[in-house]
Amino acid sequence: MAETPAPPVRTLSLKSRVALAVGAVLLLGGVVVLAVALAYGRQAAREAYDRLLVGAASDIAASMSVRDGAVVVDMPVSAFQMLALAPEDRIRYRVIGPDGATLTGSDAAPLPPEREGVGPVFYDGDLGAEPGRYVAVTRRFAERGFSGPVRVLLGQTTRARAALARDIAQGALAVLAAAGVVIGLFAWLATRSALRPLQRLGGALAERDPTDLTPLALPMPSEIAPMLGALNGFMGRLDRQLAASRNLIGDAAHQLRTPVAAIRAQAQLAQDECDPEARARILGRIHERSVGLSRLLDRMLDRALIIHRTDTAPRAALDLRDVALEVFEEVDAAAIAPGARVRLDLPPGPLVVRGDALSLTEAGKNLLANALAHGRAPIRLGVAREGGRARLFVRDAGPGPSEAVLSGLGARFTSGAPGGSGLGLAIAREVAESHGGALLLGRSGDGFEAALALPRAGAA
Amino acid sequence: MIRALVVLLALWPAAAPAQELSRDFGPDTAPETLLLRSTTDLAVLGPVVEAFLDTRPGLRVAFEQWGSNPLYRLQSEDCAAGRAGADLVISSAVHQMVDLVNEGCARPYRSALTAALPDALSWRDELWGVTREPAVMVYNRERVAPAQVPRSRFDLLDLLRPTESPFRGRVATYDIERSGLGFLFAFADSMEASTFGGLMESFGRSGAVATCCSAEIIDGVAEGRYLVAYNVLGSYALARARRDERLGVVAPEDYTLMLSRAAMIPRVAGNPRAAAQFVDFLLSPEGRQALEAALLIVRLEAEDGAALDRTAETPERPIPLSPALLIALDAHKRALFGARWRDAFPAAGGTAP
Repeated sequence: MAETPAPPVRTLSLKSRVALAVGAVLLLGGVVVLAVALAYGRQAAREAYDRLLVGAASDIAASMSVRDGAVVVDMPVSAFQMLALAPEDRIRYRVIGPDGATLTGSDAAPLPPEREGVGPVFYDGDLGAEPGRYVAVTRRFAERGFSGPVRVLLGQTTRARAALARDIAQGALAVLAAAGVVIGLFAWLATRSALRPLQRLGGALAERDPTDLTPLALPMPSEIAPMLGALNGFMGRLDRQLAASRNLIGDAAHQLRTPVAAIRAQAQLAQDECDPEARARILGRIHERSVGLSRLLDRMLDRALIIHRTDTAPRAALDLRDVALEVFEEVDAAAIAPGARVRLDLPPGPLVVRGDALSLTEAGKNLLANALAHGRAPIRLGVAREGGRARLFVRDAGPGPSEAVLSGLGARFTSGAPGGSGLGLAIAREVAESHGGALLLGRSGDGFEAALALPRAGAA
Repeated sequence: MIRALVVLLALWPAAAPAQELSRDFGPDTAPETLLLRSTTDLAVLGPVVEAFLDTRPGLRVAFEQWGSNPLYRLQSEDCAAGRAGADLVISSAVHQMVDLVNEGCARPYRSALTAALPDALSWRDELWGVTREPAVMVYNRERVAPAQVPRSRFDLLDLLRPTESPFRGRVATYDIERSGLGFLFAFADSMEASTFGGLMESFGRSGAVATCCSAEIIDGVAEGRYLVAYNVLGSYALARARRDERLGVVAPEDYTLMLSRAAMIPRVAGNPRAAAQFVDFLLSPEGRQALEAALLIVRLEAEDGAALDRTAETPERPIPLSPALLIALDAHKRALFGARWRDAFPAAGGTAP
């Protein structure tokens, strides 16, 4: 019974995140708009009702006349009707003569602050227990019987102003609320439409055959395309590893069957052979075949390991000269070709590539072992820079394999020489390709060269 | 200022008695008392108070009947001193009531019934018009031929125009310097229509009589001393006309002023809850029925008939409870208005300079 995978940890949904962000913006905007609307409403209400107030006061001032040496105010109804446009507000008025005496009206109306202007003076003052807004309008008389300034003070409580300010602010808030609803709706629609490709991707993955690891070809918005690319890359690696495993099994089945059958046949022969000398010869052959078989097995496992590593091992920046040194040290040249000498050919500066040191070393060892086994001395192992690429090369002085053999080299189990497993170059090729490079085989000057050409780190 | 003082002095004799009448309604043992001060006659408003007490047991109503000017003065003093006096004030001198509210002497109260009042009949939720009383013309049925009965102010002007008119010197109205109500009606007329200037002039030329008090004027018409009385409070006139066949009542068809006595709960009232209940009662259907029975609410269309003459389209002009009435209290305005009045009625009062 397969273990059910733990359900993925769900974090806050994208819709909720957008909703939170939009809500926060609206809330903040709402507070700002409310403050502005209140301030604006108060200002607008103040101006509107101040105009009313000064209109009424001017009306009263205009109704004054001089009779028998005294100012008489024929209080106009129109002034009070104008003030009644603020129907809930109380009124206080006072007409003051040049000597400061109240001619008519209420003595309780406060005097304006000491600021003698030409135009009307607005000021705040109490009107009984309520706050009030007053205006002072001055009319100057210069007549035979009477001269001097007469001041009209007119005040009103502020209920209508407050109500108007509130109305204006409420109107602004209503508009804001409506805008908020619309913005919220659009945000929801936008999020929904933005998330649809993800749902499509999820749907496409869910509908897929479990063995289908080919890349997904879906039109995706640019924000999601990298994710799809990564997903396709991931599936590609998975596919390669699956293929490698399949190859290993297939290769093992194919490659091992014949030698094992041969060894079995030889062993049968040895069993039936009575002649000790012939038996010893047969045993020798069995040993020889066993050694070959074990070498083949090593190669196959090496290759599986290398292919696995090329996909999974983290790529680190490394100096290709270190790889060459490692190769040089690990290959026992004397064991493969007694008497052969390998010369190292390294540049003075580091040559950096991104890759897996073990895979590259293994590939290099294969190339060197090939040269030792099949090439002709002198053999050179080296590293060279070539434009944006770095080369790890092995050169020998021999002519190399024939053109026909060369074209088949590097494929699995295609050995250019008897006794070779045919895997060495194949491994080298796969390592080179998995690093974004290539395996180059060809004649070079007076000899034959096999090289791993890899992109240099930092060289775009 | 001096003129205002003169007006005040003229009012003084009427102001001297603190209250005209008083009576307690309801059980003496009641735990709560409502002090009601009103300009309305005790006899007229009494039944309404009794109807209220029927719905509100456990309450005693102390009813004080006042003249409008002393009442206004008392309430102003109470307000300025922060003294708990009346719990409810009902006055026909609505301009004085508007002034009291304008001075912040009233306590706001709001209920479904007060909110249902038309705008003209309530102000700031502190003042409510509780009655509907037309200002009418009263005439003597025996001495005025039906064809001569004035239906409107224009008719009255026409009657007074001929130099040998029998109406000369036989038309009466309130003396505005002695009657607060008379002043209010005259002032409302002056705000309402330009007819009033002509009417005053005509009164002056024809030697019309300005005298005090509804009862005196109506008595004069009944006895034939006056043929027509102008701007008489409809509630008194109709009450008398129902008992006295000699009296006829006309609601002027150019427009009929409608007075709503104003009720207010003073800011420092001792029992504002009971006062608010009384206000609600006055505005409730039962209260309106009681007021109608007391002739304090006159529905012109319902009264049409034996006692009251009117035509279907008589426009009603309520005197609105608005700050514009403050002008009626302005010292200069009163002096100017009074001067015009004295030009028309030089003999009136005798105290005019």
